[in-house]
Order: sequence, then C-alpha cells, then structure tokens
Amino acid sequence: MAMFKDVLETVRMIEKERLDIRTITMGISLLDCIDSSGAKSRQKIYDKITRLAENLVKEGERIENELGIPIVNKRISVTPISLIAGSSDDLNYVEYAKILDAAAATVGINFIGGFSALVPKGFTKGDRILIDSIPEALATTNCVCSSVNLGSSKAGINMDAVKRLGEVIKETAYLTRNADSIGCAKFVAFANAVEDNPFMAGAFHGVGEAESVLNVGVSGPGVVKRALEKAQDASFGEMAEIIKKTAFKITRAGHLVGTTVAERLNVPFGILDLSLAPTPEIGDSVARILEEMGLEHCGTHGTTAALAMLNDAVKKGGIMASTSVGGFSGAFIPVSEDEGMIEAVECGALTFDKLEAMTSVCSVGIDMVAIPGDTPASTISGILADEAAIGVINNKTTGVRVIPVYGKDVGDTAEFGGLLGRAPIMPINKNDCSVFVNRGGQIPAPIHSFKN
Amino acid sequence: MRAVVTVIGKDRTGIIYNVSKILAENEVNIEDISQTVMHDFFTMIMLVDMSNMSVDFNVLKNALETVGEDIGMSIRIQHEDLFNAMHTI
Repeated sequence: MAMFKDVLETVRMIEKERLDIRTITMGISLLDCIDSSGAKSRQKIYDKITRLAENLVKEGERIENELGIPIVNKRISVTPISLIAGSSDDLNYVEYAKILDAAAATVGINFIGGFSALVPKGFTKGDRILIDSIPEALATTNCVCSSVNLGSSKAGINMDAVKRLGEVIKETAYLTRNADSIGCAKFVAFANAVEDNPFMAGAFHGVGEAESVLNVGVSGPGVVKRALEKAQDASFGEMAEIIKKTAFKITRAGHLVGTTVAERLNVPFGILDLSLAPTPEIGDSVARILEEMGLEHCGTHGTTAALAMLNDAVKKGGIMASTSVGGFSGAFIPVSEDEGMIEAVECGALTFDKLEAMTSVCSVGIDMVAIPGDTPASTISGILADEAAIGVINNKTTGVRVIPVYGKDVGDTAEFGGLLGRAPIMPINKNDCSVFVNRGGQIPAPIHSFKN
Repeated sequence: MRAVVTVIGKDRTGIIYNVSKILAENEVNIEDISQTVMHDFFTMIMLVDMSNMSVDFNVLKNALETVGEDIGMSIRIQHEDLFNAMHTI
C-alpha cells in the first residue's frame, strides 16, 4: 500500500488542487465509411461512431467513480472529413458536420473533432469543399470541431490556404455573431498538426492511426503551482526537479485512467498527451505557475524563459512516467481558458506579440485569443502565417485559434461560457499586410541544416 | 481487488465504528489502518479488500459518503491502483 502521506497527497491534489484527467478521446477511423453517395457515407459514419463509442461515457464515468479522479471530458476524434467526403459528389459538406453532431449527441460526448483538411502542400477537391463549408458547419452544429493543417516542416506553408482561412474565420465569426462569434473557438489552423492529439478543437484521427484508439489528455496546473509554492527559495534546478516529479505523478494518473478505459472498451490505448491544460477556474492556471516563479504578471520580461523551463520539465517528468507519450505534450497558453492569462491581459501585462513569442517555446500557439471584430481577413491570415512560420522553422506544432468577435472592440469582453471561458478583446497591430497575404503560392520548405 | 478509504475531519467518537460497520455489512475486509489526530483533526486511511464484497462498488461508495455526511466527515473510497501508479516507479 502506498504510504500514508502519499495517499493524503493524492487526495489533496484532487480535492484542493483540481487534479483531473482533462479528456479521454476516442479516435475512430472513418476510412471504411467512404462512399460515392454522400448520404450512404454519412449513415456509415453515424453507425460506426455510435457503435464503437456506445460505452465511452459510461465506462469513463465508472472509472472516474472507482478511482475517485474526475475525467472532465469524454470526446471523439475522427479521420479528417475531407478525405472521407472527397469521393462523394456533394458540393457542400455541412451535412457531414451535422451527422457528426448527431452521433456526438447520441453517445453523450461534448466535442467531436475531425471536420478537418490537411493541405500543407496543396488542396484536393475535398479539401476545398470542406474549407468552404467550415463557417456554416460550425454555425449549425454544437459539438463539431474543425481544423486545417496548412503547413509542415517538410512541405513549407500553403499561403493560399493561409489567405482563404483568414476569410473563413471572418465568415465563421459573422455567422455566430449572436454568441460572441463562438464558432471561431471551435476551429484551429495548424502547422505540423499531430495525428493523435486528444485535445479540442484540433483533434483528428490521423490516417496513420489504428482503427480505433483511446487517447488521454492530462491536466494539473494547480498541482504544479502548489508544489512550487512550497519551494519559495528554490533555484531553477530545484524548481525543474519539483515540476518533473509533479508531472510524473500527474502522468501516472493519466496513464492508469487511459489504459483502464481502453481495456474496458476493448480498444488499444493510443497516447497520453502531457500538456498542462488550464481551465478558467481559480487555481487551474498556467499563468499563475509562471508568476509563482517570480514574475509580477504573466507577460512581463522573463515570461518566455519561465514557460520554456516549465514546458521542458513537464515533458521530462512525463516521459519517465509513460511510454506512450504523444499528441502535443507541452503547456497550453489559451487566454480565455486561463484565469491568470485573462487578468494579465486586462492589466496590460500580456500583449499579443508577447503571446506570439511564448508560442515559440510551448504548444500550441495563439490560442483562444479574442481580437477586434473589424480585424480584416488579411490581418488574420498574417497571424496564421506568423504562427505557421514559427512551427515550420522550429519543427514543432503551432496553431491559431483567434476569435474576431463580431461587433466588439478593445475594452470589451467576449463571453463563451464553460471551459471556453471569457476573453478580453486584445489589441493587434493595425498595419496592413494584405499585399503580402495576397501573393498566393507556397512558402518553400525550410532548410534543416545551418540552424541558427 | 483492494481500495483505499480515506476519512478526514474533526475528531469525534465513533468514527472507526461507523466506517467499519458499513464495511463489515458489505463483506469488505479491512487489511490495514493508519490514523493520526493533529490539533483535533482526524485523518484515517484504511486499506480494504473487496474480493468478497456483497454489493456493487458504487453502492458501497454511496453508503460511505452518506455515513460521512451523518458524522460530519469526508469519506472517500478509491481503487488502490491510483495510489500505486502515482507514487511508485
């Protein structure tokens, strides 16, 4: 039996420090649902998802109960729909999004990811139709999440996709204008997207994946912060050690939950994503960890270094704890979903440009950032291109989830509710980049030598 | 299959009696008990064996939580696996 103090530590982590399993996400391949008839394909999709994931929520809740650790979200990711729908004659894929939404409702999950296209080097017919369908798909469904991979370190950056997605984000914001443009919170544009990510909005089930797998995303910013609180005078080496040990424990809990759920659902365990994922709740913030290290506010000078150290130490502790680490596995820095980030923005300590710098040392990019509703599509494309460049050059995943909140401007706040939180509208650079964005074509793949 | 029962709260009479009564009624065997009282604050950890348990895990869990509310203590029961996973290499 674990020692007395170990038991109490675990109980305290769960009760007081919000240790939880952020998500169990079942990846389901839809490759065998391809059909020249869109209607038939959609029926196959619905049947397959509801059959394989029938017990996902039930088993998740059972294990939550037995182990006494909350599993916040039960979710599903599927093969990118552009690959599935491409062989049909449909000219609009919104119906595919609706069938995913219906399947999600039937099995009782809160998000389903995979209304996605992979276009780092160019578009297929299916990719184009899917991208054109994103705004309406996100406006007419509740649970569907969408993503597009628009660049990679091997292929460079598809600037035609960058340009088009700026417009898509604007259209989505307009179509969901009655709910603070919430549709944009369900869309991510990636560079170097990973195929086994369990976190939304960017989860999809890659074509290299098995028929069905169970992936897990852990959490635990509150636990890390509390551990650092107890070591006020620690040096960086000592802090790294504390973070590593804490990450080890969090990861072990995630690994146990993942393997147990997978076993009971009779699907292989896929990966465990080590990302420290915050929530808008007090005591569950990544920003507060950085401040605990000695920064007055997240966003001040030193923040990038603090984040780099945190991210690296979490990985080192987590890698030791599980042999199945995958996904993003880095600290998340969403603004609206992190109480400390929100405050840092509101007091002026954290700017858009600093956030961009921070994304060069952690996953997963400019995330859940609300910007003025009148931001031109070309400026959003510029933001996408910048983030993609950071990812492509540095061989890492980056993403952009910005919300140009319709009708709102700097000084206003967007309210998304629930895990998506609330976001103060952040000022962005007003200078025009449309000529750059409109050039079109491909930014060539970067050289992988002479790294500087 | 074994589980860990954690009982935390202000010290009073009959805590062990109330908890072990529920366990005995449901054929759950106590293998180990550790407890401390610091500044009137009672903490007890029990390792229990559920191999011959006569009810479903959830029924036992609810019964323990209910008695916890009655005597003003926080009582949790969790599978042993979680603690072993988190605290052993």
